[in-house]
Amino acid sequence: MPEYKWPDANDRDLIGKRISRLDGPVKVTGTAKYAFDINRPGMLFTRTVYCPHAHARITKLDTSEAAKMPGVKAVRIIQNVGTEIQWALDEIVAIAATSEDAAEDAVRAVKVEYEVLPHFVNGEAGEKAPQAKAAQQNVVGDPNGAKAAAAVTSKGYYGIPTISHCCMEAHGQVCEWTDEQHLEAWCTTQSVAGLPAQFAEGTGIPAANVRTHCEYMGGGFGSKFSVDRWGVECAKLAKDAKAPVKWMLEREPELTIAGDRPSAYAEIEVGASQDGTITYWSSKSWGSGGPGGSGSPPMPYVIQPANRRHQHISVPTHMASARAWRAPNHPQACFLTMSAIDDLAAALKMDPLDFFMKNAAITQRAAVYQEELQKGAELIEWKKKWRPRGQNGPGPVKRGLGVSMHTWGGLGHNSNCEVSIFPDGSVEAKLASQDLGTGTRTVIAIVLAETLGLPLNAVKVSIGDSSFPPSGASGGSTTVGGVSASTRRAAQLALEQLLVKVAPDLGVPPEQLEAEKGTIRVKGNPTKSMPWKQAAARVGMTPLTAKGANPGAGKLIDQGVGGIQMAEVSVDTETGIVKMEKMVAVQDCGLIIDLKTAESQCYGALIMGICYALTEEKIIDPVTGRMLNANMEFYKLAGIGDIGELVVHMMTGPEYDKRGVIGLGEPPVISPGAAISNAVANAIGVRVPHLPLTPDRVLAALEKGGMS
Amino acid sequence: MAKDKKAAPPGVSRRDFFRGSAVGALSTGLLSSTVAEGAQTAGAQVLGPGPVPVTLQINGKSHRLQLEPRVTLLDALRNHLDLTGSKKVCDRGTCGACTVLMDGKPVYACAVLAIDAQGKRIETIESLGTPEKLHPIQAAFVEHDAQQCGFCTPGFVVASKAFLDRNPRPTRQQIEKGLGGNLCRCGTYAGIRAALLAVKAGKGGGNA
Ligand code: FES
Ligand code: FES
Repeated sequence: MPEYKWPDANDRDLIGKRISRLDGPVKVTGTAKYAFDINRPGMLFTRTVYCPHAHARITKLDTSEAAKMPGVKAVRIIQNVGTEIQWALDEIVAIAATSEDAAEDAVRAVKVEYEVLPHFVNGEAGEKAPQAKAAQQNVVGDPNGAKAAAAVTSKGYYGIPTISHCCMEAHGQVCEWTDEQHLEAWCTTQSVAGLPAQFAEGTGIPAANVRTHCEYMGGGFGSKFSVDRWGVECAKLAKDAKAPVKWMLEREPELTIAGDRPSAYAEIEVGASQDGTITYWSSKSWGSGGPGGSGSPPMPYVIQPANRRHQHISVPTHMASARAWRAPNHPQACFLTMSAIDDLAAALKMDPLDFFMKNAAITQRAAVYQEELQKGAELIEWKKKWRPRGQNGPGPVKRGLGVSMHTWGGLGHNSNCEVSIFPDGSVEAKLASQDLGTGTRTVIAIVLAETLGLPLNAVKVSIGDSSFPPSGASGGSTTVGGVSASTRRAAQLALEQLLVKVAPDLGVPPEQLEAEKGTIRVKGNPTKSMPWKQAAARVGMTPLTAKGANPGAGKLIDQGVGGIQMAEVSVDTETGIVKMEKMVAVQDCGLIIDLKTAESQCYGALIMGICYALTEEKIIDPVTGRMLNANMEFYKLAGIGDIGELVVHMMTGPEYDKRGVIGLGEPPVISPGAAISNAVANAIGVRVPHLPLTPDRVLAALEKGGMS
Repeated sequence: MAKDKKAAPPGVSRRDFFRGSAVGALSTGLLSSTVAEGAQTAGAQVLGPGPVPVTLQINGKSHRLQLEPRVTLLDALRNHLDLTGSKKVCDRGTCGACTVLMDGKPVYACAVLAIDAQGKRIETIESLGTPEKLHPIQAAFVEHDAQQCGFCTPGFVVASKAFLDRNPRPTRQQIEKGLGGNLCRCGTYAGIRAALLAVKAGKGGGNA
């Protein structure tokens, strides 16, 4: 058995280098086929009757006219008379027709009547909400005593709204029955290996008869783990119509029902000793993400004051169910906590950088945070630029700086990889994994090529097909650890078999051979070697294959990272407009496989963070319970001109490398809300308590603070 | 959405004006300087509602189709010609994922009817380069990792082509304004900015 570890730093040809993603060329040319792009012969299109009410009972339903419309091939009643609907835009009827327009015409011909029932959509109501569920209060130490003993305390109310995932590729799939008992589906999913069982459950065929594909997918961010009702119903429509059926959500339902990050609000009181050490924390939080309410944000976040208490109240609403959104619960907890302690720093009249540096001592990764804070301060020139709150110049436009820290686990998920070495020297790795745009495909290729001593273009990576060896769902920053470990092991095992076959030719035992620079050679004697192609010919008529599985935490992978971010903003106090000047992200993630795509994860996370800090919010009409901005004009994402300068610094070096691979998708998206909010507070002298920091909120905060 | 219930101060100021706008200050999408107006209204002749013959000049080839007059150029490309590089995201002229060139000008293909695109020279992402032989802009996108999931990318590449044709040596500020009509959810703007600056400098990378 080979020893499973990563090559030493100076033996790495590819790992840790800046490598362009392998699927870049197919993406920039439009040749990459996403589920949305799959066109099968005779394929039908779906349109859906959605419930217009947030809470209602279906009293009448008549699809007979619709069924007779031209082009209509199948009509499925998803929820029938008597059913109580719990959120707006829940699916009632789905229609498959020869074109989207024909299906849309048929949708208009469906007659549905509802008894409208009272709805509740105000997640901010907290305890006052009907059905609010308070969790047990968590207490550590003596919060009351600590409050009394604190030199300074600060109290505030903070809130972060429900937002949508807004994947560019809407949820959905194409389903095709190859016979009565076999289903093939092209899905936009974060879990290509997990979907067959879900389709099977919904359609009553064995999971072994379902094959799912996802070669490319247009964004998930936590919202695409499930087959969803539209997946199962799409399969049923295809069966009824005896034709392939495509069902991709339109933008309005995509924003309304296919993406929901729960809101979070909190009253927080926090206190410190004179030297700035946080000694006291007390918080009550609440929030909602649909009928299930919301999970408890882990508070206080990152810091662990000796005396603390926290209680969470979950508020069920008539909105579609929450879905995991990059780093579930963390951006909320981070915004609430880091805002509150930044306000405490202001009350102490302390520079937040010094204050965060000091309180890094009460986190689990003190040394990492301190090193990162130092690096970040350098990159944003904190000491040169920072001024106390309210002292940021006499003109109407004020500059400000803010900081935040975050953490995440990121342990690799279960993953299996099969590596084949073919007699002609070609090499393939197969995994039922998926590349969400994070660079999974590229990471697998780098590990495979590095292990076999081959150039990147000599290996092939096949993913996105449930018939390959299964890998876990891509969520929680678990993919890079999972697939790099399984690929490393499979490649090492395949190589070990090959070395046994080649050893007699080179006249040494296999243990004395290594794969380097496109050859199999004798360790310490590179002149005694055989080109890869010639060596591979020794496998015989059929390819040599080996399977590897991620062994879990150990030499290859680990978990637990820390990161810090700093933001510089300018705020126009006359208009309330916040403009991003600069953001700095300093992040660790253990051993980096591809520096280029790792940095891209951080850039992307900063930009997503700017979106939810400044503009993103699901605006729900309390009267109708409907989302008012379920389109991309008014569900606002930042554009290329809204992001300012971005700087990403990855922590690298032996101390980080030796931990092995750790996931990176979640951590850098956690801090932006807090860092930007703190920068705005620094600029204008008062806290804008709610995200997003829209002009109206900035102006209201200025007025309330008597600063207008 | 303003939580502020207080009465507005007397007089009208810039601030009062902005108070009314609860949806934020970002300019993206609504104020694109690169995306041309939709097609002109087609006279008084009444067509449809059934399929009518439509001829489209796409990527140098003529295509004769039978389309209902309500079919958009985007749906004609994607659903009738299997040219799926242009993506459908918002389907209402906001995000730029469907950007194509019409007589050299960028348009949102979801906001143009196929019948109105007749007689125009239409170029889609499929006409630009191939994975084996990338256009310099595409090579720069790859080099600067200006794509993650890649779903917005073809639209950005086409919009970039139109932009650089007219502004061969843009500043960062011009890029930020000129590409303001396209949206990306994964957050690839930093890479796109770098890619376009590199193309301008003549070092797009790869097959430039
Ligand atoms: S799909 Fe055409 S602009 Fe969004
Ligand atoms: S790369 Fe995913 S939306 Fe732009």
